[in-house]
Amino acid sequence: MSWLTWRQLRLQAATILGALLVLAVGLAATGPRLAQLSSAAAEDFLNQATNDRADSWAYLVGVLAVLALPAIIGVFWGAPLVARELEAGTHHLAWNQGVTRTRWLVTKLGLIGLGAMVATGALSLAVTWWCAPIDRAVAAGEGNGGLLTQARVTPVIFDARGVVPIGYAAFAFALGVTAGILVRRTVPAMAVTLGVFIAVQIAVPLLVRPHLVAPSRTDVAITESTLQGFRGSGPPGPGGHVDGLLVEFDRPGGWRLAARTVDADGHDVRSLSSSLADCLPTSVEAPPSPAAATDPRQACAAALAAGDYRQRFTYHPASHYWPLQGIETAMFFAVALGLAGLSCWRIRRLS
Amino acid sequence: MSALLQARGLGKRYRGRWALANCTLDVPAGRVVGLVGPNGAGKSTLLTMAVGSITPTVGTIEVLGGRPGSGAAQLAKVGFVAQGSPVYTSLSVADHLRLGARLNPGWDDAVARDRIARLGLDPALRAGALSGGQRAQLALTLGIAKRPKLLILDEPVASLDPLARREFLQDLMEAVAEHGLSVVMSSHLISDLERACDHLVVLVASRVAIAGEIEQLLATHHRLTGPRCDPADLPAGLEVLSASHTERQSTLVVRTEVPIRDPAWTATPLNLEDLVLTHMSRRPTEPDARHQLAAVR
Repeated sequence: MSWLTWRQLRLQAATILGALLVLAVGLAATGPRLAQLSSAAAEDFLNQATNDRADSWAYLVGVLAVLALPAIIGVFWGAPLVARELEAGTHHLAWNQGVTRTRWLVTKLGLIGLGAMVATGALSLAVTWWCAPIDRAVAAGEGNGGLLTQARVTPVIFDARGVVPIGYAAFAFALGVTAGILVRRTVPAMAVTLGVFIAVQIAVPLLVRPHLVAPSRTDVAITESTLQGFRGSGPPGPGGHVDGLLVEFDRPGGWRLAARTVDADGHDVRSLSSSLADCLPTSVEAPPSPAAATDPRQACAAALAAGDYRQRFTYHPASHYWPLQGIETAMFFAVALGLAGLSCWRIRRLS
Repeated sequence: MSALLQARGLGKRYRGRWALANCTLDVPAGRVVGLVGPNGAGKSTLLTMAVGSITPTVGTIEVLGGRPGSGAAQLAKVGFVAQGSPVYTSLSVADHLRLGARLNPGWDDAVARDRIARLGLDPALRAGALSGGQRAQLALTLGIAKRPKLLILDEPVASLDPLARREFLQDLMEAVAEHGLSVVMSSHLISDLERACDHLVVLVASRVAIAGEIEQLLATHHRLTGPRCDPADLPAGLEVLSASHTERQSTLVVRTEVPIRDPAWTATPLNLEDLVLTHMSRRPTEPDARHQLAAVR
C-alpha cells in the first residue's frame, strides 16, 4: 500500500520537493550575509536590510512560500486523492484488491499527511532560521515601520514562522481529502479546498488566535511624549469630533489587539469630542505653521493630564509567541484528525 | 458449500428511484453466470452491491457466504472488474502487476506475468497507451492473478470490437477452466454471453425477470403454433409469456414444466436470444411490483 501511495504521488511530490530545494538554496545563499549585516550594522540593520532589494525580496518570498505551501498541498495532494480515483473509476480497481478501502485511505492519509508536515516544517524551519536576525532586531525595538519590521507574533508573519505551518499543512491536506470525498470531482474539490483554507487563514488571526492565550493589558499614561496624534472627523474646533487618541505602544515585538482611552477610575472615556476638538489639525490643504500647531497640542496634552487619561492596550507580548504557536498547532492537528475521521467514515459510503 | 450469490428482497434506491427492487436470487457455486438486461436495468447496481461497493437500501445479499465489503477476507475471495475496465492511465503495465502483488495476499505472480507475456503486452508501456481490448485484458489479468474464488465482471466486453470480444471471452473461459473460478458477468447482449455462461439472470426494469440454469430454461420454454385460441383457455401449468394472433393462427411463447402433448399445437424450441427477448419485452405485472412502485411514489 505504501508503494502504491508513493507511486501515485511521485510526480506531485517531486514538483514540490524541487521548488523547496530551489528556495532552500536561495535562503542558504543569502542567510549568512544577512546575519553578517546584522552584526555589522547593529542598530541600523533593519533599515539597511529593508533598503537591500535582495534581502527584502528574499524575506517576502520566504514568508509567501510558507503561507502558500499548505494551500498548495491541500489543493494538489489532498483534493485529488480520492476525487481523481472517483472520476477515473479507478477506485473500483483500488478498493477491490485485498485491502479494505478504510486501510487504503488511512495509509494514504498517514503517509502523505506526514510528508506534507515534514515538507512544510522544513520550509518553515529554513525561513525561521533565515529571518532570525530580523526577528531579533524587531524584538529589540529597532523597528522602523517598514516591511521587515512586523513582529513575529503579529498576524501573517505568525503563520509563516515556527511550528504553526506544520499544523496548517496537516489541516489543509485533510481538508483537501475531505472535500474530494464530499464533492467527488477533482477541480471543484480543489476550488473548495482553496476557498475554505484561505477563509480559515484569514479568520483564525482575526477571531480565534487573540483568545487562545489570555491577552495582556497595559495602561500607558497619556502625556505629551507618548501622545502621537488623534483620529477624528468633522471640522476642527466646535462641531469636530475626536474618535480616538493615538498613543505610543511601547512593547516591541508585541501584537496590539485593541486600545482605548480610560480615565483614572478605569472607565472608558466617551466625552473626547467636547474637550479635544480643538486639537485636530486645521486642514490637510493648509497645514498650520509649527508654532500654531504646537500651541493647541500642548493645551490638549495639558487637558489630558488634568483628566488623568491613560491609554489601555490589550495585546499579546512577544513572550506569548510560543504558547500561541503551540496551542494553534495543536488546534489544527485536532481539526485535521477530525477531518480524517470524517473521511474514513464517509469513504465507506462511496460507490 | 455456500451459494455463490444469495439475495433476499434486495433493493437499492437512488434519489427516490429504485435502481434495483425486490431482487431475490439463488446462484449455486461453481457457475459462470450471465447477467443480462437492457441499459439501466440495474445490472451494475446488483454487481456493485455484490462486491460491497454500495450498500443495499433494503434486503440482504451474501456472496460466497459472506457479506460483501465486510473486510479483507471477503475482498480476497471476490475479484471485480468494473464497467469500462478502469486502470491507472499513468501507471505502466508492470506497475499494475506490482500493485496487485502489493495489495493482494494471494497474488499469483507467475500467472500474471505469464498472461501479460501471452497477451503480448509490453510491461513498460503506460496503461493509458493501451487499446480498449488490451486494457480490458490488463484489468482481467489483475482480477485473475488475485486468485479469487469468484470473479465479477461488469460489461467486460461492451467497449470491445467483435474480434476482441471473442478473444477476451475465450481467454476468460480458459482461466475459468484452469483455476476453477466462478464468474458473474453482465452484458446487455445475450449473444456475448451465450457461449460462456451456464447460468442466466435476466434483469428488466430494475427487477429479476427470470433466473436459472440455461439448459433448464431452454427445456422449459417453448414456442407453440396452432389454431387461433384464447390463451385463457390453455391448460393449467402453462405460463404464457407472449402471444400473437393472426386470423386463424396463434403463436405463443410459454413456460411450462410439463411436456406439451396436445396434438393441436406444434412446439418448437426457443433459442436463448428469443427467450431473453421475450422476457425483456414483457411488462412487470406481478402484484408485488405494483405494490413496490406505489410505495415509492
